[in-house]
Amino acid sequence: MNQSLWIAKTGLDAQQTKMSVISNNLANASTSGYKRSRAVFEDLLYQNQRQVGAQSSQDTLYPTGLMIGTGVRTVATEKLFTQGAMTQTQNPLDVGIDGKGFLQVELPDGSLGYTRDGELQVNAQGILVTSSGYPIQPSVTIPADAQSVTIGSDGTVSVRTPGAATTVEVGNLQLVDFVNAAGLQPIGSNLFVESNASGTAQIGTPGLDGLGTLLQGYVEGSNVNVVEELVSMIETQRAYEMNSKAIATSDQMLQFVNNNL
Amino acid sequence: MSELLLTVMQGARRVMAAQAINANNLANVSTDGFRAELVHIGGLAEGDAISSTPDLRVGTVRTTGNALDVALTDQGWIAIQTPEGTEGYSRRGDLHVDAFGQLVNGIGQPILGNGGPIALPPFQRIDITSDGSIAIVPAGAEADTLAVVDRIKLVNPDPARLVRGEDGTLRMNGGAQAVPDPLVSIQSGSLEGSNVNAVGEMLKMIDLARQFEAQVKLMRTAEKNSSDLATVLRLN
Repeated sequence: MNQSLWIAKTGLDAQQTKMSVISNNLANASTSGYKRSRAVFEDLLYQNQRQVGAQSSQDTLYPTGLMIGTGVRTVATEKLFTQGAMTQTQNPLDVGIDGKGFLQVELPDGSLGYTRDGELQVNAQGILVTSSGYPIQPSVTIPADAQSVTIGSDGTVSVRTPGAATTVEVGNLQLVDFVNAAGLQPIGSNLFVESNASGTAQIGTPGLDGLGTLLQGYVEGSNVNVVEELVSMIETQRAYEMNSKAIATSDQMLQFVNNNL
Repeated sequence: MSELLLTVMQGARRVMAAQAINANNLANVSTDGFRAELVHIGGLAEGDAISSTPDLRVGTVRTTGNALDVALTDQGWIAIQTPEGTEGYSRRGDLHVDAFGQLVNGIGQPILGNGGPIALPPFQRIDITSDGSIAIVPAGAEADTLAVVDRIKLVNPDPARLVRGEDGTLRMNGGAQAVPDPLVSIQSGSLEGSNVNAVGEMLKMIDLARQFEAQVKLMRTAEKNSSDLATVLRLN
């Protein structure tokens, strides 16, 4: 019937999605290791009503055509992997990743997940786990009698046991990187899994090959910029209103026809 | 049917088409790099009397701080590869490196460089300079080993030769390719939004709605004329 009604509807859908993305970012403004998302839009197909450059007579061409677009759609909600602010916690088992890379964790189904949230814990078996209880891979076991744990910037984990004069190395934390980190699939719980778009995981030692270094006693905060999100929220709301105005106008046009003819 | 009614119907149809284009512009008010479509309504002498051309004004630029977000500083285009393998032009600057190391924009269109689509080796760091050159620090190399791997093809063809394809991407008419223009520059760390002038589009929308009402009023008049005529004839 009236094209503009449907076109404006796609606009409302897109702005609604953007609003959800903003709300999710704001809700996670203090989630450790959270990476903010952004909605990516694309214009839909165009209807070519008259080809530009078509013949207007034997010797002349139309200088312009008539292209009617059909609206907008959300192509993706991409994650932006910029660094979050580092907060000092003094907790020896908190590690912040300064730079690129993810900690590799083993999910309950045996597959691998990746996280930037370095709030580590020790489980009943002495294994280093994430706050969800998933073990870090390659796994590191802290002896039960350890007095202190030191995590070096290259991921070396060493402990001091009673009576020993020197520290003992008990394992290494390693980092994983991807060609296209934005292509990782977020699965919640601060975790990402590999996808076709991300490329395969490349494991390495922190600080080498462009990987970030580890900071013991720090937690990487969320990279959400609250002010920026609030500004986008205002923008989204107004864009939403404009599209609903377009629907109202198209509706009035049809109403006028119905009332007057 | 009376001639008046036919003419008025054509007018109303044109206004509806213009309103659709307007609604599309408004729907894309937050699509990065989107170029609005401008409607021109003329007299019947100009063939179909309504035509549209892409609006080439520069959109608003916002800072994102992301090294792979680029915005053109003035007129110009980033050359991309269309699905059929030809060259298209876009102002979308939300670039990514996909799983195969290819540089693509936010909707997955490969970015063209000196010799076809740009593919990047694994890198630790990437910088895009104002002339479109891509400098990387290769993975595993020292931090000061900067290598320029390719250069984004930036062009600025005659706007009159740019036409929109059905997928919304602009192309040169006749399948021609634009030549790289050294005067076009980009800025890394910012993104250009849509160039839709929201207030202008809203005003146009109101204007078109009123024009439509006028057309419908005329239809009503035509109807009244013919019913009046019928009444007069009946009296005789």
